[in-house]
Amino acid sequence: MIPRHQTILLGVLVLASLVMGVALWQLRDRAHQRLVAGEDSAPTKAPEVAPAEQATLMVANDDDNSLLGQVHSLPLPSDPGSRARAILGRLLDIYAAANAAHPVPGGATSVAQVFLLPVLESDSGKAVAGTSAPGGSGPSNSGGGNSGAARDSGPELAVVNLTSSFVSTHPSGLETETLTVLSICGTLHANLPRVTQVRFLVDGQSRATLAGHADLTRTYLTSDAAPPELTHP
Amino acid sequence: MAALLVAAGLAGIMEPLAAAQQAPPAPPAPPARFVVVLDAAHGGDDTGGRLTSGQYEKNATLALSVRLRSLLGARGMQVITTREADQSVEMAKRAEVANHADAQACISLHVAETGSGVHLFASSLTPAVPSHFAPWKTAQAGWVTRSLALAGVLNSALQHGGLTVTLGRTALPGVDSMTCPAVAIEIAPQRDADRKITAEPDDTDYQALVANTLAAALLEWRTEARQP
Repeated sequence: MIPRHQTILLGVLVLASLVMGVALWQLRDRAHQRLVAGEDSAPTKAPEVAPAEQATLMVANDDDNSLLGQVHSLPLPSDPGSRARAILGRLLDIYAAANAAHPVPGGATSVAQVFLLPVLESDSGKAVAGTSAPGGSGPSNSGGGNSGAARDSGPELAVVNLTSSFVSTHPSGLETETLTVLSICGTLHANLPRVTQVRFLVDGQSRATLAGHADLTRTYLTSDAAPPELTHP
Repeated sequence: MAALLVAAGLAGIMEPLAAAQQAPPAPPAPPARFVVVLDAAHGGDDTGGRLTSGQYEKNATLALSVRLRSLLGARGMQVITTREADQSVEMAKRAEVANHADAQACISLHVAETGSGVHLFASSLTPAVPSHFAPWKTAQAGWVTRSLALAGVLNSALQHGGLTVTLGRTALPGVDSMTCPAVAIEIAPQRDADRKITAEPDDTDYQALVANTLAAALLEWRTEARQP
């Protein structure tokens, strides 16, 4: 025969266990929500409050190895870095769509950041990229809004930071990789005419090739990818 | 006395002439050396892309390289390959082999599942005047003009062979360091008018057609190269 006080104690303990279990479950849910929310705090799409503007996308086509200018209307932030990221995001969304002429999985989230840096002309006339210019400020990216005096007038270098998941799922091939690189360069120049050079990073690190072929260590000239008639002022 | 001296001088001049007339004719000059470098892309740990058949790009490029080597050898060309087996070869090593060969044509072979037909690529470097001391990563700049001419010859031959061809410029490590007329060739699936695949890039007959056409084109390139 179990004494009465032990029965009551057992009941209280069982009740306490149930309450603690429910509390733990709720805490776990809250932590999970926080984790999911903090996973990619950077905006993956241009804010909808921004006014819709027209952007020219240099869309690649694997069938004839071509880039075709297409005008799209999308909300664009005013900061050039964020603007560049939003435009490239739309371009990569087109490639990630079903039956795309240049199929590449990933979509808008494949571009982590776009940094815009002033290009300094060295004495030899060779264009080099610097992180600052006389009278200018530091680099601008999709998360910042600073802009320098030098950047307002001179040519710029865009550093496109891609995600490793995009690179690891990119189809391997000379044509497809070259088209991806050129379409990014051409799209940047078509919408941000001061961008004359483009470099690529993957998760913030330099990488030899995109998917085994296209060189990602060199600086690309946008003039090679975007015809002047498609360049937006 | 003077007459004797003149006679002796004339005799000294005439003797070598007579000897030359009696000597057998000199053999014809040996044909100019014509070297082609074949670079089967990838290899070893670097598998390259994966084809629909499940085969890796490194194996398909090696098969094409072996086939093309035989065809070119049969046409009297000296062929140097960057790899003969499934082995890893650094990009710099491939360019090194091509540059030491002093080749008249360097062909980088690739295979892909995307696009259609044959893709021809020359370096996207800005053409420059060839120099003895060129930067390693842009050494091809001095040869871009010749590379574009080679791409034109290959393009013409492939189109005459009934193949779909696309031309382009690209930045390809290895090729950009070569000091020879260099073209990267990528074989993609052959498609009909409805974009349906009629031959995969590792199809034996398709590869044979491409290889035969390339061999004929390189023969034409050799003829052009020998013209003054």
